[in-house]
Amino acid sequence: MARTVIPFGPQHPVLPEPLHLTLTVEDEIVKSAIPKLGYVHRGLEKLAEIRDHSQMIQIVERVCGICSTLHAMCYCQGIEELMNVEVPPRAKFLRVIWAEMHRMHSHLLWLGLFADAFGFESLFMQFWRIRERIMDLQEATSGNRVIVSVNCVGGVKRDIDAETQKWILDTMKIVEKEVLQLKSTIMDDFTVKRRTVGIGVLSKEKAYEMGAAGPTLRASGIAQDLRQTGYAAYSDLNFEPVIETDGDCYARTVCRFNEVFQAIDLIREAFTKLPDGELAVKAKGLPNGEVVSRVEQPRGEVLYYLKGNGTKFLERVRIRTPTFANIPPLLDMLPGCDLADVPVLILTIDPCISCTER
Amino acid sequence: MKSFINKSRVKSPWLIHFDCGSCNGCDIEVLACLTPVYDIERFGILNVGNPKHADILVVTGTVNHRNKKALRNVYDQMPEPKVVVAVGACGTTGGIFREAYNVVGGVDKIIPVDAYVSGCAAKPESIIDGVIIALGKLAEKGKKVDQGIFERLENTQNFIKNR
Repeated sequence: MARTVIPFGPQHPVLPEPLHLTLTVEDEIVKSAIPKLGYVHRGLEKLAEIRDHSQMIQIVERVCGICSTLHAMCYCQGIEELMNVEVPPRAKFLRVIWAEMHRMHSHLLWLGLFADAFGFESLFMQFWRIRERIMDLQEATSGNRVIVSVNCVGGVKRDIDAETQKWILDTMKIVEKEVLQLKSTIMDDFTVKRRTVGIGVLSKEKAYEMGAAGPTLRASGIAQDLRQTGYAAYSDLNFEPVIETDGDCYARTVCRFNEVFQAIDLIREAFTKLPDGELAVKAKGLPNGEVVSRVEQPRGEVLYYLKGNGTKFLERVRIRTPTFANIPPLLDMLPGCDLADVPVLILTIDPCISCTER
Repeated sequence: MKSFINKSRVKSPWLIHFDCGSCNGCDIEVLACLTPVYDIERFGILNVGNPKHADILVVTGTVNHRNKKALRNVYDQMPEPKVVVAVGACGTTGGIFREAYNVVGGVDKIIPVDAYVSGCAAKPESIIDGVIIALGKLAEKGKKVDQGIFERLENTQNFIKNR
């Protein structure tokens, strides 16, 4: 059977972002896949040379629009470590609340897009309808729907008052009820199972060896989540990573679906333990030395390497994002699958190309 | 016949979304326009994957040296009449990234833009507003294109008759 080369992307209906894959297929079976990146590369790391360390917060928030506050949180934690700033406890808890809200909106977004990838459009609409409630919360608490700009060096910029807390908790109740109603559809539906069960299996050893991150790793049965390290206020909260053992597309879907409920529980617990106190301390001095800061994003672990030289400009900012770690496992999954499953497999690692290419 | 084609084109325009170096913020807001809360399908607007079917090109994000060819390619594949909506601060001017080394600038450096939507990230309401403004321009452009087609058709028919 002759081999055919099929270009996939950069403009493709299933992908919201430009990613190019050169697929070599033999009789509808994919034999090899070569990625081509760089369609969204802007060169943000270099901007550290002309923007000072506090202006860089606005830049790193725009590395990725879906997990903006987590990028800023990771960056601020790094700068705080360089400048020896102790963040007030209330700010730590508020950071967790915004981070978990972001995780919920990101996972609901992914569940919708994934349903759309195998043609289940009504499920896509249902998930995005629920997601709008969380977008409303983000707009009310931070002033913007997508780019949630609340972090600053030394704490947070905004407070959540008692009235808003009650509203958030009421909304969490509604969201929990509505997501539970979709549980039978996403987990037991015949069409969903036909498109996901047993497809793109990533074994435990392979996932570890290839350095997968986030739900892609946890769905293969490895309980590794950076929130276990207890950054921000996670050390004061009850936290157990969600794991699945099968390592196929279905396991990754279930893993993300359960993480939505975990995020709801974390927000509730954070509100009950929320201490009083000031929101931010004033940071004095200039960043000097080097530091590695890590945070768990919806897609996995993000790593910031920051190097300061005692001036207000940082010498080097290096960002390593979870999708970059998840591309090698994806290229391992693709050979041997049907051409029709390629969109499902690409979406199953929850690719965030603008994170990867910056 | 002429007015019927033009009217139905404006009442049910098909839209293609191209991500051109955006941070995803505007992309998910463009997608949010399709979902039940905002629901632009009530205006007859449908999101399609093929540029050959589309009337409106919605571009999010800055243009960089790699994807400017892809953007130009998608624009050239669309049939006339067509309009372009540049979404977000990056799409209009380059926004916060304008000084980065791989950024060319706004979308209007590569292709002509008919409507600009401000905001970082642009809200779904303002994106819908921008698309509606673009639809007005689509109607004007449509008239010109249709005139050309029917004039040419008449000329050909006359030519055949007089031969």
